[in-house]
Amino acid sequence: MKDLISITDLTVEELQELIDKALDIIECPDKYAEKCKRKKLATLFFEPSTRTRLSFEAAMLELGGSVLGFSEANSSSAAKGESVADTARTVACYADIIAMRHPKEGAPLVAASAADIPVINAGDGGHNHPTQTLTDLLTIYREKGGFSNLKIGFCGDLKFGRTVHSLINAMCRYEGNEFVLISPEELRVPGYIRKDLLDRGGFKYVETDNWDLLPELDILYMTRVQRERFFNEADYLRLKDVFILTAEKLRSAKEDLCIMHPLPRVNEIERAVDDDPRACYFKQVLNGKYIRMALILKLLGIE
Amino acid sequence: MTIDSIINGIVLDHISAGKSMEIYDILELSKLDCSVAIIKNAVSKKGGRKDIIKIDSIIDVNLDVLGYIDPGITVNIVKDGKIVKKSHLELPDRVAGVIKCNNPRCITSTEQELPHVFQLADREKGVYRCVYCEAKAGHGAS
Ligand SMILES: [Zn+2]
Repeated sequence: MKDLISITDLTVEELQELIDKALDIIECPDKYAEKCKRKKLATLFFEPSTRTRLSFEAAMLELGGSVLGFSEANSSSAAKGESVADTARTVACYADIIAMRHPKEGAPLVAASAADIPVINAGDGGHNHPTQTLTDLLTIYREKGGFSNLKIGFCGDLKFGRTVHSLINAMCRYEGNEFVLISPEELRVPGYIRKDLLDRGGFKYVETDNWDLLPELDILYMTRVQRERFFNEADYLRLKDVFILTAEKLRSAKEDLCIMHPLPRVNEIERAVDDDPRACYFKQVLNGKYIRMALILKLLGIE
Repeated sequence: MTIDSIINGIVLDHISAGKSMEIYDILELSKLDCSVAIIKNAVSKKGGRKDIIKIDSIIDVNLDVLGYIDPGITVNIVKDGKIVKKSHLELPDRVAGVIKCNNPRCITSTEQELPHVFQLADREKGVYRCVYCEAKAGHGAS
């Protein structure tokens, strides 16, 4: 594997290798402090995403490497009309590995075919964002000890949320998982997720617009319901509070529930929930750094 | 013109009735100097109607493109009046430059020089997807 463009580029075995590597990094960070000495990561961000960029940069710095790059298209050669392929080929002369974010779907694949160094997709439009999914998977593994026989709730915008689609896709590669899909009628998962993943894989799932199944969940993955997703203001106002997680609702949940959110959050998780030991979304951020460290090592072929 | 007497050339047989002109255009047969015969609505031995194209010269035919447009075609290469090679087509794994990606969010929408490449995602249903954005293509043979 030269690049990581989509989460499905990884076999279940390769994914497990990454998870194991991340766990070892967490266990013995000193062992990895100089693994990427004299190696350079280029962060090519054609649209801003400070959160993702910082995570990649922190990961490389913690491996003893260095970083270069740009954080928005205005300050890059793209503003002068250079193609993605040419930018990638040029950067490949300076750097050892590229993390690319681009508003257009497929741009990192174009970069990967042009550059002879590894390219990591750091988000291409609403399409793929494999390192977010890796982050989610490491969090699930650390909290639950595995990927099988879990009852996973997804709540909020399940129609447009690519992190949701990608995580459902990843969890459908393991046995015995059940899915509870909590959303307004208008924002249910797209048909292909139901048909190609859940139905074809024979997974149990429920689509609902209420919280009745919260007490059964092992994992609750929250996402934001955005105003612009609704056709009219009345629907938005009617629904916006229904899909907010409160401390009150959590009283009925399992004691070892793992609450996740890809962040940034607006108001879909009440602040009072932050102090609940079941809230894992800030741990998720830290896991994002560890899994990116593991990924950089793997793509650079460093043990 | 005697259309049965090709000595050295190619016969595209079992073209779905009505598809021959599309194939004529895609293979750019109008650019050839040799004779090209299009037979429309011929009676097929298997029953039903078919189109046939006979080309009086052995040219390079892109079988992937042909297979994408009409996978039922048989391609016969004729040398010295005899069929020396008969190929049955199937849906190609990948086609470049035949289907255009119409997804406005796809990188091909802003970078004009990129080839539009589609990959076979479901052979049974004949579903092709853009390699960049995974948008589905409407299949030409349907
Ligand atoms: Zn496309």
